[in-house]
Amino acid sequence: MEPIIIEGTAKTPTVKFDSAEGVFEIKGRSIPENSVEFYKPLVDWLDTYREMPLSKTVVNIRLEYFNTSSSKCILDVFKKLEAIHKAKNEVEVNWYYEEDDEDMLEAGEDYESIIRVPFKMIEIVE
Amino acid sequence: MSFNIENYFTDLSAANTILYYKGNVDSDVINQVLDSVEDKMVAVSEQSKLRKKVYNVLVESLQNLYHHVDKVPEDFDDQTAEKYGLVVVKKVNDGYRIVTGNFVHSENIEKLEEKIKRINRSSHEEIKELYKFILNHQRISAKGGGGLGLVDIARKTGNKLEYSFKSYNRYYSFFYLEILVNEEK
Repeated sequence: MEPIIIEGTAKTPTVKFDSAEGVFEIKGRSIPENSVEFYKPLVDWLDTYREMPLSKTVVNIRLEYFNTSSSKCILDVFKKLEAIHKAKNEVEVNWYYEEDDEDMLEAGEDYESIIRVPFKMIEIVE
Repeated sequence: MSFNIENYFTDLSAANTILYYKGNVDSDVINQVLDSVEDKMVAVSEQSKLRKKVYNVLVESLQNLYHHVDKVPEDFDDQTAEKYGLVVVKKVNDGYRIVTGNFVHSENIEKLEEKIKRINRSSHEEIKELYKFILNHQRISAKGGGGLGLVDIARKTGNKLEYSFKSYNRYYSFFYLEILVNEEK
């Protein structure tokens, strides 16, 4: 299947979903007014990937900011990953946060407590 | 009509006001306000932790206006704005004060006030749980809001939401929301 590659903007993140490598990345700022419009294609793509996933999928989330509207869409992305994991495939989420950004760490912990997929919290030290 | 939305402020012209905007709140305005405030914080080398909190709270405040404002009363002097809002950002001693204002139809006041009161009487731990509950159980509304904005603001700042409703006429009030984003005590 075709990968998803989206360049980031001031309000939307850079996205690279590479189905050949099984490495998915969301990076930058996610603060659009209409987050469903941005995330729906990603969620739909994951639905297709889910039918024939690689034995291991690595997900890197490296967000600087995200708004509450995106937070629900990101949860939808994680729910798809949870389904892949539940079907006995390896899924690993790397949640990156900058060293003084406790809010971003807490946000990752929120998802970790809701979604049954292994999370790794990774501090970015500059 | 004696009502003036700026009567709320005593020192708007003061040097500590880093941003003042009133009018239509659309996507471009939101970008400009965010850029302007971010640039000003970077220019004074504000520490990144505080800068991020201010930015986050400002995003939610502006998008609350974008998603939730009621239309302006028919006799209000600015009829051009579909989503009329007021935004003020002020530098204070240990942080920033963000004030937003918008018209609220009388029938929507009670619901909004109840929501704020619920947040204000909750502990930090309860707010965190409330956030997670809404995140996991509530769908995004037709207006595009997630119902999380105020909860997120309270969670990130650790401060109470200060607010008031000033009556405009029988049908409308002007709602002021004032948020202090400061360094952790």
